[in-house]
Amino acid sequence: MLKVDKLNAWYGRSHVVQDVSFEVAPSEIVTLLGRNGAGKSTTIRSIMGLVAKRTGSVIFGTGEVLAAPSWKRFEAGLAYVPEHRSIVPGLTVLENLRLGLIASPLKRNEHAIIDEIAETFPRLKQRLSQEAVTLSGGEQQMLAIARAVASKPAMILLDEPSEGIMPVLVDEMFEYFDRLRGQGTTILLIEQNVEIALRISDRAYILDQGAIVHQGSARDLLADREIQERYCSV
Amino acid sequence: MTEIPFDLIALQVLTGLALGCIYVLVATGLTLIFGLLNIVNFAHGAFYAAGAYLGVFAFTYTGNFWLSLVAVPFGMALIGLPTERFLLRPVYGRDPSYPLLLTFGLGYVIVELIRIAFGTDGIPFNAPAALKGSLFFGDIAFPRYRLFVMAFTAALLAGLWFLIEKTSFGLIIRAGARNPEIVSVLGVDTSRVWMLIFALGTAVAGVAGFLAAPMRGVIPEMGVTVLIEAFVITVVGGMGSLPGAVIAGLSMGVVVSLTSYFAADYSNVVMFAIMAAVLLVRPQGLLGRPEFAR
Ligand SMILES: Nc1ncnc2c1ncn2[C@@H]1O[C@H](COP(=O)(O)OP(=O)(O)OP(=O)(O)O)[C@@H](O)[C@H]1O
Ligand SMILES: [Mg+2]
Repeated sequence: MLKVDKLNAWYGRSHVVQDVSFEVAPSEIVTLLGRNGAGKSTTIRSIMGLVAKRTGSVIFGTGEVLAAPSWKRFEAGLAYVPEHRSIVPGLTVLENLRLGLIASPLKRNEHAIIDEIAETFPRLKQRLSQEAVTLSGGEQQMLAIARAVASKPAMILLDEPSEGIMPVLVDEMFEYFDRLRGQGTTILLIEQNVEIALRISDRAYILDQGAIVHQGSARDLLADREIQERYCSV
Repeated sequence: MTEIPFDLIALQVLTGLALGCIYVLVATGLTLIFGLLNIVNFAHGAFYAAGAYLGVFAFTYTGNFWLSLVAVPFGMALIGLPTERFLLRPVYGRDPSYPLLLTFGLGYVIVELIRIAFGTDGIPFNAPAALKGSLFFGDIAFPRYRLFVMAFTAALLAGLWFLIEKTSFGLIIRAGARNPEIVSVLGVDTSRVWMLIFALGTAVAGVAGFLAAPMRGVIPEMGVTVLIEAFVITVVGGMGSLPGAVIAGLSMGVVVSLTSYFAADYSNVVMFAIMAAVLLVRPQGLLGRPEFAR
């Protein structure tokens, strides 16, 4: 589904992502682990075309997408939820959701899809006409996720969705990811919360100082305390 | 103190509102472009002048004011589109001095081209016959053309409001002003949106220039002062805020008009005095967002 080959990315002169290669198969959940500053976010931002200086190859579906402008990935069915709140201030919850469909052929069924989302995320349903920034942190993250899945993407990249969210909501969120995968959506996840991420993942890659240093099945990694200590503890 | 006749004040206020409408239109384009493209467009005054000349030119050929009024925004958009595409797009993300110098230079080029094509002297241009004369309210005479400018501006602003608040394109504009990255990740070709916004701002500036022509005359340099005035208004209203530009523009128009009547010596500085006062109290302007107050 997604094949990243020798991806490199720079911020100015600092070479933040170095020859990163990995793959995600259809309907897989793959996690990218690594400590703060390892280059996880930069890796997926480069995949999304959001880092100006990037080289290598990213094949999504059947086509090469790395050099294309960001918006082209949407057509191909690749969605992205950035780290930190990506809710647009000044818009209501409903408008944020509509934004998720604005470039989609599904826009014609906007009402039906938003109703469907409202059923899946009852917390959002009660707050559709509210200013989105007045939601709690967890609700805002739910909204960002709901907005990204509204167009029914084939794959979604999630950058630390659990960050700063209370544990009950995190569990709810990860159950949702599992269901999403059950419906055939492929997921690439970045997480600091190693345990909960590995529990729903099939495989994982560990990134350190911009390079992949380890890869394996989620089950093996979950059991391997030493690797976790070495690369993932803060 | 001598008594000031009420009808004179009313007339000055109306004159001020009509002038304010011109300010509002110029500032609207400026603030739209700043709010979305993050560019302070120094060519905006030249676009204003170009709009006036384009309108006068269209009028000499068609003899029809209304047709000319429709031709101006389309003609100006045709100038705005390539300007954004070929001059500004290559410098996005670079130092802000690039677009600043580019638009500044473009402004000079446009004014020079106008001088070459139409001469350095002004061109007289009168309001169309249907809008000449005055309407009487009681015994106060209000020039029809000024009333028309106000009505037309109101209609144009209502149209803009509808576009921005009620349409899908407007949703993209509102979201893109705050978080362009998300908008592009959600599949929108934002560079196309920026191009359309620039063309829209250019078109509105041109319309303002043409509307102002019968009131303020048509000379190649007509955009110079109006650009400064519009800058003052965007700053007072709050950079990037359209309602702010409307409120600041109309009130400045009235203040300037009243000052030029009662204390003509101060009419040139009153705007700047007000700007200084507003900025002392609210650095971000009346309705600006605090993040622009730097
Ligand atoms: N916009 C930027 N400009 C310059 N350097 C940056 C920028 N963003 C990140 N960096 C640097 O690039 C490196 C990798 O950052 P990145 O955000 O990809 O790490 P991360 O693995 O996502 O970390 P975290 O877990 O803290 O989110 C870090 O050293 C960071 O300081
Ligand atoms: Mg990160």
